[in-house]
Amino acid sequence: MERKNKTTGKVAGIVANLVTVKVDGPVAQNEICFIYHNDERLMAEVIKVIGVNAYVQVFESTRGVRVGSDVEFEGHMLEVTLGPGILSRNYDGLQNDLDKMDGVFLTRGEYTDPLNREVKWEFKPLAKAGETVSAGSWLGEVMENSIPHRIMVPFKMEKRYEVKSVVDEGEYTVDETIAVVVDEDGKEIPLTMVQKWPVKMPVKVYKHKPRPFKLLETGVRCIDTLNPITEGGTGFIPGPFGTGKTVLQHAISKQAEADIVIIAACGERANEVVEIFTEFPELDDPRTGRKLIERTTIIANTSNMPVAAREASVYTAMTLAEYYRTMGLKVLLMADSTSRWAQALREMSNRLEELPGPDAFPMDLSAVISNFYARAGFVYLPNGETGSITFIGTVSPAGGNLKEPVTESTRKAARCFYGLSQARADSKRYPAIDPIDSYSKYLEYPEVQENLVEVVGEEWLGEVLKAKDVLLRGKEAMEQINILGDDGVPISFHDRFWKSELVDFVILQQDAFDSIDASTPMKRQKYMLAKVLKVADSEFEFAHFEEVSGFFKEIINFFKQMNYSEFESEEFKKHENRLEDLIKERRN
Amino acid sequence: MESQAFQKIYTKLNNITKATVTLKAADVGYDEIATVHGRMAQVVKLMGDEVTLQVFSGTEGIPTNAEVTFMGRPPQLKVSDDLGGRFFNAFGDPIDGGPHVEGEVRDIGSPSVNPVRRKQPSQLIATGIAGIDLNNSLVSGQKIPFFADPDQPYNQVMASVALRAKADKIILGGMGLTNDDYLFFKNIFENAGELDRIVSFVNTTDDPPVERLLVPDMALTAAEYFAVDKNESVLVLLTDMTLFADALSIVSNRMDQIPSKDSMPGSLYSDLARIYEKAVQFPSGGSITIIAVTTLSGGDITHAIPDNTGYITEGQLFLRRDTDIGKVIVDPFRSLSRLKQLVIGKQTREDHPQVMNAAIRLYADAANARTKLENGFDLTDYDERTLEFAKSYSDKLLAIDVNVDTDTMLNIAWELFSKHFNKAEVGVKGEFTEKYWQK
Ligand SMILES: Nc1ncnc2c1ncn2[C@@H]1O[C@H](COP(=O)(O)OP(=O)(O)OP(=O)(O)O)[C@@H](O)[C@H]1O
Ligand SMILES: [Mg+2]
Repeated sequence: MERKNKTTGKVAGIVANLVTVKVDGPVAQNEICFIYHNDERLMAEVIKVIGVNAYVQVFESTRGVRVGSDVEFEGHMLEVTLGPGILSRNYDGLQNDLDKMDGVFLTRGEYTDPLNREVKWEFKPLAKAGETVSAGSWLGEVMENSIPHRIMVPFKMEKRYEVKSVVDEGEYTVDETIAVVVDEDGKEIPLTMVQKWPVKMPVKVYKHKPRPFKLLETGVRCIDTLNPITEGGTGFIPGPFGTGKTVLQHAISKQAEADIVIIAACGERANEVVEIFTEFPELDDPRTGRKLIERTTIIANTSNMPVAAREASVYTAMTLAEYYRTMGLKVLLMADSTSRWAQALREMSNRLEELPGPDAFPMDLSAVISNFYARAGFVYLPNGETGSITFIGTVSPAGGNLKEPVTESTRKAARCFYGLSQARADSKRYPAIDPIDSYSKYLEYPEVQENLVEVVGEEWLGEVLKAKDVLLRGKEAMEQINILGDDGVPISFHDRFWKSELVDFVILQQDAFDSIDASTPMKRQKYMLAKVLKVADSEFEFAHFEEVSGFFKEIINFFKQMNYSEFESEEFKKHENRLEDLIKERRN
Repeated sequence: MESQAFQKIYTKLNNITKATVTLKAADVGYDEIATVHGRMAQVVKLMGDEVTLQVFSGTEGIPTNAEVTFMGRPPQLKVSDDLGGRFFNAFGDPIDGGPHVEGEVRDIGSPSVNPVRRKQPSQLIATGIAGIDLNNSLVSGQKIPFFADPDQPYNQVMASVALRAKADKIILGGMGLTNDDYLFFKNIFENAGELDRIVSFVNTTDDPPVERLLVPDMALTAAEYFAVDKNESVLVLLTDMTLFADALSIVSNRMDQIPSKDSMPGSLYSDLARIYEKAVQFPSGGSITIIAVTTLSGGDITHAIPDNTGYITEGQLFLRRDTDIGKVIVDPFRSLSRLKQLVIGKQTREDHPQVMNAAIRLYADAANARTKLENGFDLTDYDERTLEFAKSYSDKLLAIDVNVDTDTMLNIAWELFSKHFNKAEVGVKGEFTEKYWQK
């Protein structure tokens, strides 16, 4: 898209944030332009071209803009700036550093630098003169917080190059030359620590992308135990409003075994972002002992921020994730909520008067969602290292109905389904993931099964299946009890129902606001599941159905006290002993 | 409306539809306001030299030679402390017979607060209503609607909440208020003797429905003045947001936009979020809290209006008539305050979270017992006791006519626990049971 002369144009029409621009030269689909209004420059993106008219979506309010205003095209698509200093930042959907903006209110047309140009980084060379490199090759590294941030050959450089020189270990700003490479024609190219990449294009500088095969621990029991997600896996969390999507995502982002966490707050509440701003600088990263904020980047495009930038925000987040993945890191990407992104697409498509698909969403919604999810994944890099992007998006189905287009399209794209149930949320059974409808396709992958056996243990898969079976049988028993009445069924139905309640209360339900219960390491999950299943396998003596609930409520209570205690502490053992006694008394 | 020197006057309309007029005009800004035949209008489309204006009160009787005057500015409000005690219409013109307010001119519908300039909400708002304070505590900077059927006394509840909350300013945004409700608010505010701290923007059922689209922005522009410039805590009441959304759908329908669910415009979520997200806590101490009303039809919360609202607000307060006690209650199952965990047990007594949960759990057990009863099954002794508990709980705590402080609410809950259950059935942490159980 490089051009000698900038294409310019004039505003010819405006409807909300869709502006028609009459252009005097070539323009590209998705090219960025600026509309000049008084002393403001409003950023916009080309979304359709018909003859000399380019239709652009403006990332800002168009209030006051006039027909005839000047427009300048930039010759590139929407790009992010990649380099050290992205972690711990709070960006908007277009990667403006929010902390650098003046004033309480966002000012239209104010764009800020995503990186700090003054700060000096302690650079360590990794490549040597004479080596052959290509896009994504590691030239050196700096420590970004505690993360080794690799300085790479820019992704846009498509050829092979020979390293001419790399600077010595020392302190450099991001804009200083840290290496010189020579292309096949002998042209010398100086490189800095900064590069740019268009967000809508996937970064594909990896060697190959196998199916994900390694467990990614999240500390959330009903994910890790029942429907695990993998490093490089994809999952989605649909649920009616208030059922716990955001709380669950926050929990995962605090606890998951990831090197980098990128959170895209896409069209949701500002106060939820503020919660992250407030808490993450205080919370410890359980793996490094440093603060969580140090491994986290937040992309905040809250619901009151411009709608077009909302669409961009998820792509911005994904591109940052791809950048860190190429450094050989485990990246966890969260987007809350992908429905808001789909709605932004819908608003624009309606304004363009395109033929609408179901529920007035654009016809290509499914393809857009699939392409986006496809950018996640586990990769082998050309240097033999590995990296991953695990992506979990929330979906906010209209009316809580899972048959709507965004949920259906996402179901085709994501491999794990964590459906939140209104009934579970209403009865405060959090996290409200429906244990029976939810699934992880990864559990069926032989390579994942192998990994689980290796990481958790030989018997694990069998136990997981057994837990699922207990839940299913419990549900059936409950349905019978509801139809026939408490005393219209054999006592064994009550026993079966309460055994599923036991699994529900002890394994599935987890208090996201309790410092101990919030996160359960795999070792502890294994221990507790075995213990619960031992009870589920036992036969008990009951004279009357009312005794069943009494007994199980009591043991659930002890189990829960165990969940609230430090693993294997005195406290934990005390409850465990009481529990064992109770069970012994009852067992046949 | 004041006139300005550079105003351009046009007298030839090319097209007239139910809601819009189109004419040729030069140098017009998007979103700018104008008068068409003396009626307020706003630019909704520019195409070459053609300008389309949405006429708020409709286009009935507008002739093709109507006079059109462009104002060269978006809708504005003059803000100053003189707003206190005054009543305005949707355009910010006084309707109480008083003079125009002098002050600084502000565009309504201002940009969003930079999220990094917000503070996490942390200040409890006590209302005396246990269905709120005990189960769904409100926090300043929160946005929360009442979900209620049209026949429920939501405006009364909202007015008592507003007057009991210790806000520096209360701003009422009335949309499609009946004249009776308007007079009710006027009366109750006057009788409270605190008119100075109340500002009202009111569109009644006598006014054209589309005008109400301006009400929330007017109210929130005034709110931002007090919260940002004066560091005050401001409570904004928006009633009824369903009628606001209806007006949105009227406009989008008249403009031939493709409707999405329930004939609402596809942008409903963004349109509502833009308003509700004005709720904010500033580090300087100023805050805007929004309490709204969303009327339901037949209790259906899956309809696009309550559904989108629920996805935006920080919980909802569900009003329901409890036929057992013959009173309206705040339904503990379907209500939720998402910010309550920031204050309960911290700014309220330590046992608050546990007591709240235990009471709701027991109330849920009562609901199960009732289902059993309806299905013709025998009740156990426990079932019977939960039913008795539920009735007292509903009457003494959930009913909207309750007005006590939070400690008293907690004590009442303990009293009911002790009367109907044993300690294990209540299942609250041992240390609290020791301390508060009533023998
Ligand atoms: N794991 C949990 N433990 C305790 N409470 C929870 C849990 N998950 C959710 N909640 C409660 O439910 C409320 C709503 O949760 P959350 O904000 O995550 O819902 P959501 O699905 O994201 O809703 P929306 O679609 O409107 O954004 C929380 O404020 C909290 O009170
Ligand atoms: Mg949420």
